[in-house]
Amino acid sequence: MSLNLTHLQQLEAESINIIREVVAEFGNPVMLYSIGKDSAVMLHLARKAFYPAPPPFPLMHVDTTWKFREMIQFRDRMAAECGLDLIVHVNEEGVRQKISPFTHGSSLYTDIMKTEGLKQALDRYKFDAAFGGARRDEEKSRAKERIFSFRSANHRWDPKLQRPELWNLYNTRIKPGESIRVFPISNWTELDVWQYIHLENIPIVPLYYAAVRPVVERDGMLIMVDDDRMELKPGETVQYKSVRFRTLGCYPLTAAVESTATTLPEIIQEMLLTRTSERQGRMIDHDSAGSMEKKKQEGYF
Amino acid sequence: MAHQSDLIEQDILAYLKSQEEKSLLRFITCGSVDDGKSTLIGRLLWDSKMVFEDQLASLEADSKKVGTQGGAIDYALLLDGLQAEREQGITIDVAYRYFSTDRRKFIVADTPGHEQYTRNMVTGASTAQVAVILVDARKGLLTQTRRHSYLVSLVGIQHIVLAVNKMDLIDFDQQQFEAIRRDYEQFAASLGFGDITAIPLSALGGDNMIEPSANTPWYTGPTLMNYLETVQIEGENREKPFRMPVQWVNRPHLDFRGFCGTIASGVIHPGDELLVASSGRTSRVARIVTMNGDLPEAVAGQSVTLTLEDEIDISRGDMLSIPDTPPIHARHPEAHLVWMHDEPLQPGQIYLVKTASAVTPGRVTTVQYAVDVNTLEQKKTTTLGLNEIGVVRLELDRPISFDPYRLNRHTGSFILIDRFTNATVAAGMIISAAPLEPQNAPLVGFNANSFDVDGEPSRRINLSDASFNGTVSVVDLAGEAGTIGLDVSAGFLDYLGKGNRVLFRLRNVGQLSAVAVMAYEHTLSFEFDRTAEGVSILVFKRDTRFGSRVPDDDGTGI
Ligand SMILES: Nc1nc2c(ncn2[C@@H]2O[C@H](COP(=O)(O)OP(=O)(O)O)[C@@H](O)[C@H]2O)c(=O)[nH]1
Ligand SMILES: [Mg+2]
Repeated sequence: MSLNLTHLQQLEAESINIIREVVAEFGNPVMLYSIGKDSAVMLHLARKAFYPAPPPFPLMHVDTTWKFREMIQFRDRMAAECGLDLIVHVNEEGVRQKISPFTHGSSLYTDIMKTEGLKQALDRYKFDAAFGGARRDEEKSRAKERIFSFRSANHRWDPKLQRPELWNLYNTRIKPGESIRVFPISNWTELDVWQYIHLENIPIVPLYYAAVRPVVERDGMLIMVDDDRMELKPGETVQYKSVRFRTLGCYPLTAAVESTATTLPEIIQEMLLTRTSERQGRMIDHDSAGSMEKKKQEGYF
Repeated sequence: MAHQSDLIEQDILAYLKSQEEKSLLRFITCGSVDDGKSTLIGRLLWDSKMVFEDQLASLEADSKKVGTQGGAIDYALLLDGLQAEREQGITIDVAYRYFSTDRRKFIVADTPGHEQYTRNMVTGASTAQVAVILVDARKGLLTQTRRHSYLVSLVGIQHIVLAVNKMDLIDFDQQQFEAIRRDYEQFAASLGFGDITAIPLSALGGDNMIEPSANTPWYTGPTLMNYLETVQIEGENREKPFRMPVQWVNRPHLDFRGFCGTIASGVIHPGDELLVASSGRTSRVARIVTMNGDLPEAVAGQSVTLTLEDEIDISRGDMLSIPDTPPIHARHPEAHLVWMHDEPLQPGQIYLVKTASAVTPGRVTTVQYAVDVNTLEQKKTTTLGLNEIGVVRLELDRPISFDPYRLNRHTGSFILIDRFTNATVAAGMIISAAPLEPQNAPLVGFNANSFDVDGEPSRRINLSDASFNGTVSVVDLAGEAGTIGLDVSAGFLDYLGKGNRVLFRLRNVGQLSAVAVMAYEHTLSFEFDRTAEGVSILVFKRDTRFGSRVPDDDGTGI
């Protein structure tokens, strides 16, 4: 009698099943690649799903132009290594208006550079299905998100229009212009993701590992000075600290944590012993209760 | 998080190693509004320390603002999702929660107990292996308890926890607990669960949630967490015959042709023989290909890529199986249907039927009856409305490969999709291939009752010419109460002569003689089986190689 499947093997099998279903049923799918650890796992699962062929869809990164430089380098390297086409989309209108997280605040900035940028890109390439690396355990309103999440022709998510999802029989039917967001790692937790990265030796952006980096303390958070677009406020000084990131986003909106964890097991150890959840490092969630739900209705993931 | 903190601190690698063997359990909670579902799940998350300090801070703030515990921690708020729900204070959809201990990772479907939400419960239950059915200790079994239990049994969950909650409000009274347990066991006897475990609980106070409670010294069974960590569910699908619906054909270049899918049941090895139910073709597994290297074996639950020794035609929608126990391949399944949409079922109208292996247009030809979920009584009806359940017969444009749902949840389930709105309108669970009626090109046609020579009433059943589908057809005799005799037609013998088989499902062993006489008269062979499902006989013609023919067109012209 063979060994039982472990929880990671079961999660992996479910995710691969979802990814294959999308490729079988949609004409023009794309994988939204945000360069973080969840995207890294999702990309790895896609490679496994179609091995020995490369995944039959492109990667797309909606670049806000405020990503950490190391993320961009990593992105280009991974796409090349995996043999995938990489689409980088920037909201040029936002760039022209010089939208910045420093001057426009996190929510307007996210709305224009991320949400609008994503909609533009989906419209431009006419993708009918877009994979995203969101997990249900990340945020309360996501607990009810479907794995195949239906979006209207203007990308809106209507909580009342979501289709019941039974067994692993996914309803993939859409009308022209409509699309589906697909979350293959919906059922994974942060710990699952890290354990899997460890077990499968999946490459991740070096920013997840601790190193001495230039940071300033702002509103109780450590913000890394990744380029000279970050202006110091009165009283702020650049300090060099051993820090790492639990979650990666736009550098002005992503707080670093002080850490000495330089290996994956140390990162996992730190994560298991820590007392705060990963999203705390993301300023976008701090706005108001239900803020994520509002953003989702507007088309943010 | 409540993992082995010491080991994590001292030897993280050893800890990670120990976590690699963790299994996964999916369960649902069901109960009426206010029975304490949200509190119970919140407590499990809390006690497995899946709650972080920042979440705790917002939980404390929310408890003061909208909590029901007079400002004290309201665990139920950990479960709140959508804003609209938070304002109404009721759960309106299925939410999935995650927690883990050192032994298992858990996925909980939190499903509402509200009257009109059969749909959500069935949705949450469809992927669950265990159901925690809550009852309020003060109230005992309610109509809703019966309804939830029926739905859970319909969806095929075998392991039941009867969570008798709010024991604190009845002073942890053993007699009352025992009475509820007895009532339930009596009621549930007809539902065919594998096992029922009753636990006296206080979700609010934590009694028997994780640790045995000092308030119930008389209770010697497991705590809820004990039970969830140890209930044996592994390998249940592995002992069943091999099935893999082909999801995708992977053809990167001319020298590689891989069939991708998730194994629904059974085990497979290189060299094993496989059958494609739709064509009757067979081949052997050459390799089980994965990015981490070829596998010597793959089991139910794994998503794999198989290559075969022969070039045979297989595409998405086909089902691979072991040759000696193939799935049913037919156009007319009979099924339980749970209607999930505001617009009622339109018999005769075309819907899309999506199973694990295929999508095909089809229609409901008849509603046999609807089931009253409160009384379990059957009632005559011609349609099904939102949250109604019934037994229906379907007619599909193309034959599909499937198994009865009670034998295999993965290959026996389907959803119905409205072709115009694309809404998912129903969930289906196949009972079997329907016995065909005369106007539908019958496999079995019924003659009027006649009397045999002894004067004993006997019903002659004519296995007449028919458009036989696939390699195995089913004749269900379970509905025949009296003595029977079987007449065969040339078409029937021709069908068997081509290497196909006919499975007779019998009501009892007494019907064996009718099948045996028929086999004797027409030099046929048969295999006899008695399983938990009943008595069945597989009739075939010896010396005809099974599966060697290409089936005729199914006659639909589509
Ligand atoms: N006394 C007592 N109250 C409980 C218990 N479990 C839940 N409650 C209370 O019952 C009410 C309904 O609980 P909730 O978890 O929201 O129920 P749901 O509607 O099933 O999700 C709340 O006021 C809870 O605090 C229990 O074990 N004992
Ligand atoms: Mg609730």
